[in-house]
Amino acid sequence: MNKSTMKNNDALVDKKRRAILGGTTAAIAGMAIAPGIFLTETAQARPVDQPVSSKTRWGILINTNNCNDCNDCVTACQNENGWGAGSSDEKNSRPDQKAQWIRTVKVTNKETGYAKTLPMMCQHCESPPCVDVCPTGASFKREDGIVLVDKHICIGCRYCMMACPYKARSFIHEKLTDQLSYAPRGIGTVESCTMCVHRVDNGENPACVDACSDSMIFGDLNDPDSNISRELAKHGGTQIRADLRLNPGVRYQGLNV
Amino acid sequence: MKKIYFSEISGNSLGYLAIIAGLGLLVALGFGAFLYMEHNGHWVTGMNNEIVWGLPHVFAVFLIVAASGALNVASISSVFSKTAYKPLARLSGLLSLALLAGGLAVLVLDLGRPDRLIVAMTYYNFKSIFAWNIYLYTGFFVIVIIYLWMMMERKMNGFTKAAGTTAFIWRLALTTGTGSIFGFIVARQLYDSAIYAPLFIVMSFSFGLAIFILVLMATYGGTGRPLGDAILFRLKNLLGVFIAAVLLMVTIFYLTDLYGTEHHDAVAFILNGDNIYTKLFWVVQIILGSLAPLALLYNPVTGTSRAWIAIASILVIIGGLAQLYVILIGGQAFPLVLFPGMEVSSSFADGVVASYSPSLPEFLLGLGGVAIALIIVALAMKVLQFAPNSLADADVDPHYKAAS
Repeated sequence: MNKSTMKNNDALVDKKRRAILGGTTAAIAGMAIAPGIFLTETAQARPVDQPVSSKTRWGILINTNNCNDCNDCVTACQNENGWGAGSSDEKNSRPDQKAQWIRTVKVTNKETGYAKTLPMMCQHCESPPCVDVCPTGASFKREDGIVLVDKHICIGCRYCMMACPYKARSFIHEKLTDQLSYAPRGIGTVESCTMCVHRVDNGENPACVDACSDSMIFGDLNDPDSNISRELAKHGGTQIRADLRLNPGVRYQGLNV
Repeated sequence: MKKIYFSEISGNSLGYLAIIAGLGLLVALGFGAFLYMEHNGHWVTGMNNEIVWGLPHVFAVFLIVAASGALNVASISSVFSKTAYKPLARLSGLLSLALLAGGLAVLVLDLGRPDRLIVAMTYYNFKSIFAWNIYLYTGFFVIVIIYLWMMMERKMNGFTKAAGTTAFIWRLALTTGTGSIFGFIVARQLYDSAIYAPLFIVMSFSFGLAIFILVLMATYGGTGRPLGDAILFRLKNLLGVFIAAVLLMVTIFYLTDLYGTEHHDAVAFILNGDNIYTKLFWVVQIILGSLAPLALLYNPVTGTSRAWIAIASILVIIGGLAQLYVILIGGQAFPLVLFPGMEVSSSFADGVVASYSPSLPEFLLGLGGVAIALIIVALAMKVLQFAPNSLADADVDPHYKAAS
């Protein structure tokens, strides 16, 4: 092989190398940008290798005008998270001792008799009283606004249940055996709606929202272009016990009783 | 004033042994109740998702409140330099430690996960009043033990006033912390009031002194040591002042709430309801636990009778337990206001008065805490010099003049 042939070969290799590198760079850039362009509505979850960020504030908007006391949201939650009818546990507990993560509440105006039904669960407050009072920090709020109980450091003092204005929390009065791996529960600890954090982190909606897509919207309250924000901007929404200034992540429409 | 001599109680009498055996049995029953509840879970108790703090908490909070109050007699001696109270200071310190130990035992053993006590000691959320209280309680033990050491070790006597003053300030902080557990709860109509801190402080004065008077009379009656009228009458007059102070705070609390229309339902629930809380409030807390002892203590005939002073003290304790039952259980039983002015109903007892029937294990656990406190006092007096040999008027009252 003479010198000139070698030079030509080197130039060819360099050219190919550049092409490969350039293509890879473009592919990487494309992968990074693509979700922003194509997947805005479906992939709301952060990548699994990134921490939860306060740039997102998850919320649920419930239109009570469509709520007809069907209990679908409650059943979906029970089956998804394994409590109530969705579990074979809590056989010894009295009805007032059994856990209820979500319930339907009927509100009636005493003067007019007008009544509305609505689902009530953990309201995922921005300033949650349960987190304030918890002595060990077991009650905590994620950066994205989801309020949870760390079952490993909950000592079962029940102070959070005293402090919650929404009666959203339940205490487990007996040993459990029928738990789901992604919804940890246990005797002597306190629990409540997790906003289906295991689904949300996988880019899915909470189970109640999927069971009642007519009346419930899940999304990022911090993103003005999300469905929930657009709907709130268009038709408004109310917070339960707004006077307490806790700024719940769960909002309601049609509560004009 | 004569020099005071302290000595251990002999603790060999049949009466003493019977007291130790009786208290030991109650401690064992309380521990058995704890094991039963821990093994099964809290479904065997009267508690539920509406009444989350039940009878054990009534006993626990009563004992913790009374603990800080029991230290008052020592504070009057060390901080306010009233020499007549000096002979009682050691017993006062001992009783306060014992009551706190009893109360905390009940509180811890009623946790959902008492096995995780170490978690409570190692994970802190400093915005939680409970977390502050863990420091206030453990600090109280350390400070009062040092205070007792300063009093009981002759070489350290010079530091008694400094230690006593620290203990006095600490005990005020401790009761403020206990009251604020309820005062800081914004969600519930019958809590969320700054007055809970001073209310609990005067309650502690009253309950702690009532227990102190009874323990003093039992100790001196049981050991045959002289207990003069001078010191006893001072204490009972002070108890009367404390009872009146609690009544004043309770009146202000309900008057303030009654002034705001939004609280009318909640106040009417306690003061004028068709429920156990209204009966407990008027009959036990106010009439039996406050007005009756006030009348007994200040009536010239009953106020100079030891038996009636003892009965008045017992009534104050019964009234105090009723008061805490009304505050704790009544405060939780009144439904949360989700939609002000509206009627609500649900499968989770929204809008209805929560029901609570205390169970035997809960009662035994609470009683076990009382027994722990009393057995600590009885045993400590046998091994250390807590009780003066004589509390006769001539020995303790600086102004005593022998009848001529």
